[in-house]
Amino acid sequence: MNRVQNLSLIGALAGVLAVFGILNDQYLSLSNLAVIGQAVTIAGLLAVVQTAVIICGGIDISVGSQAGLAAVVSSMVFAWTGDGLANGNAFAAIGVAIVVGAAGGVVNGVIIVYGRVNAIIATLAMLAAYKGIAQLISGGRAQGYLLTNDLFIFIARGSVLGVPAMIWILGIVALLVHLLLKTTDIGRNMYAIGGNAVAARLAGININKYIISVYMLVGAVAALAGIILAARSTAGHPTAGSEGLELKAITAAFLGGCAIAGGKGSIGGTLLAVTLLGALEIGLTVVGVNPFWQNVAQGALLVVAVVIQQRRTGDRAVGLPG
Amino acid sequence: MLGVAHLSKRFDPVQALDDVTLDFPGGTVTALLGENGAGKSTLVRIIDGEHLPDTGQVLLDGQPVGLHSPRDARRHGIRVIPQEPEIVPHVSVAENVYIGALSKGFLFHGASLRKRVEQHIARLGFERMLRPDTLGRDLTPAQRQLVEILRALTTPAKVIAFDEPTSSLSEHEVTALFTLIRRLRDEGLAIIYVSHRLAEIFQIADRIAVLRDGKVAGVVAAQETTERAVVSMMVGRDLTTMFARDHVATTEPVLEVDEVNGISLTVHAGEVVALAGLVGAGRSEFCRALAGDLPIRGGSIKVDGQPVTIKHPWHAIRAGIVYAPEERKAQALLLGRPVRDNIVLAVLNRLRRWRFVRRRDESELARHFVNRLNVRTPTVGQLVSKLSGGNQQKVVLARWLARQPRLLILDEPTRGIDVGAKAEIYQIIAGLARDGMGILVVSSELPEVLGLADRIAVMKDGRVTGVLGRAEASEEAILSLAMGES
Repeated sequence: MNRVQNLSLIGALAGVLAVFGILNDQYLSLSNLAVIGQAVTIAGLLAVVQTAVIICGGIDISVGSQAGLAAVVSSMVFAWTGDGLANGNAFAAIGVAIVVGAAGGVVNGVIIVYGRVNAIIATLAMLAAYKGIAQLISGGRAQGYLLTNDLFIFIARGSVLGVPAMIWILGIVALLVHLLLKTTDIGRNMYAIGGNAVAARLAGININKYIISVYMLVGAVAALAGIILAARSTAGHPTAGSEGLELKAITAAFLGGCAIAGGKGSIGGTLLAVTLLGALEIGLTVVGVNPFWQNVAQGALLVVAVVIQQRRTGDRAVGLPG
Repeated sequence: MLGVAHLSKRFDPVQALDDVTLDFPGGTVTALLGENGAGKSTLVRIIDGEHLPDTGQVLLDGQPVGLHSPRDARRHGIRVIPQEPEIVPHVSVAENVYIGALSKGFLFHGASLRKRVEQHIARLGFERMLRPDTLGRDLTPAQRQLVEILRALTTPAKVIAFDEPTSSLSEHEVTALFTLIRRLRDEGLAIIYVSHRLAEIFQIADRIAVLRDGKVAGVVAAQETTERAVVSMMVGRDLTTMFARDHVATTEPVLEVDEVNGISLTVHAGEVVALAGLVGAGRSEFCRALAGDLPIRGGSIKVDGQPVTIKHPWHAIRAGIVYAPEERKAQALLLGRPVRDNIVLAVLNRLRRWRFVRRRDESELARHFVNRLNVRTPTVGQLVSKLSGGNQQKVVLARWLARQPRLLILDEPTRGIDVGAKAEIYQIIAGLARDGMGILVVSSELPEVLGLADRIAVMKDGRVTGVLGRAEASEEAILSLAMGES
């Protein structure tokens, strides 16, 4: 089943690349593929952790705002530890932003677990709240100038073995989450919680601890995405670049094979889906489609992805006549 | 009149029907009997034209007929009354009866339609049970069945098959249905009656055809056989061996519950204690409290003499108390995961090195329990949702046995599973008791309670109203404690 899904994603990706490759001969050039890769990275990080939280039967809509908050926090810390604009301590900036992100995730988890609030509502509320906090502390303006620091320059523009540094970061995070899900008892328990929370609890799994931890992971990785975003755009802005990322992340997770009810999904599928989304977005830009249409296309894709998932779960109703 | 010859039908990986030859003579009620999955429904669907057989033929008056759809079947006078009749909610009984039978160009005439249906109902003697003007949505399950039967009789019928017709009927509705079936039989129709309720089959059937694993296990005249003989035909063995009792309870307590939520109870090593009582007596709630799923108010719990505190299922599991809940699918199984993942769920912390699950040990453990409990699955990688109810229940048992518990709590362990799997579950329970485990069973089936238990604690309104030893236990004694005024 999973294999079928991944193969159809690969097919769709090949189709998209072929169509745009024919429409525009620059599309398949190496430099353009690198552009696709980089465009995919930030949404990709969010999609990877979104997959983890959806597998547990939750969802996190607040990831875009969390990334924006981290972008602002990291550049402001960088400015403070330096001369008020730049030349600060990059490690402190990154560390504080990630801690703030993780704490934000814990807040989400606690609201959901102990407040017994539906995950969609809780994280929708926090989507607004974190965005507001980021705007408040930054005054709504871009903060700091990061590209005075070698580490930030490396994150934004560096490459290792010809592959951009940010793609490495995505690859490493994706691999770690993949291993967590597929090879550890933690991952097994996550699938169990999403698949049947009652059964998981009766099997002795501390569901609350898992839910809070997975939201914490989402917060930390969303912060990492925000830091990369700030480095790419040279300064941390509360909303530019991060607004709307939740839609991409959630679309990629469902397109990649996650089930809304939880208990299903894989990092491989999500990565394929996020690449497909990126290839489509850049392709539409390259051939000059009105960018407003891209929003329509993204919304439509989310609906299509969820319809496919629902159809499949419905399939199970067809049983063997006895 | 109707016959099937050498019918075979395969739904991979199951051979649903295997060379089935049967006849259903006119003027006779032939009961079709078998466990879940024996092939009854497949046979009925072939007769109804819904499935095509892989090989073999359906014969009507000795002539092969090609049945490619229910429409074909109807044209040949074969009608199947489905378990869940299709009723249009917003139209009258009269219109419901003639739905699909109104031919093209038929001028819809409400009054004459109503009159025809009224006469029809009168002819069958159902004036008191069904009125032609009642709307579909207001019909009781019995009336829905009647509408379906009336539909069947609007065209000349030769054969009528009833697929488990009584599952939603009350007792006097069943009596009325049986009267009708007898009348139809006396008019010379061939009646096929599919059911697994033995008692009613002996009331209504003239002949009994038993299917087992897709094959004909036997055809007998109803008057010349007994329930017991039919059951052993269904399961392929005699059921006196169903409750294997070769374990001996010890006097060494495994579980001592003192005034927990108002209940005191002791279970000894090697002992099967049953909690009997009516639905709502608080049996499951007590078990769930022991398992850490519901709060414990007051009292004390000892496992093997050691006091334990239980606030979360994990505490119970760690103390050696495990709980297989009432609703397998909703509360125990991960339906989207393989058999293996389901079995090892509660022992992952023993199968890991650092935090990595050791795949090989995991599969080995799962295979060990699949073999030990005889779970019928092609591999441990099979999705658990593809297994039958009995095998799913064994997977749940395997999950808990893997923890090597001291006390196993089973809440309705055989609900919804067929007779053969029940017998296997009973043997497993007896085997565990023999190995010294304490077992607490909640069951609403009295024969099961009496067959399994060494002691029976009867509950009513959240209290234990009495404990019966094996010698004093009887259905009457249990029921009087479960319902009594005490």
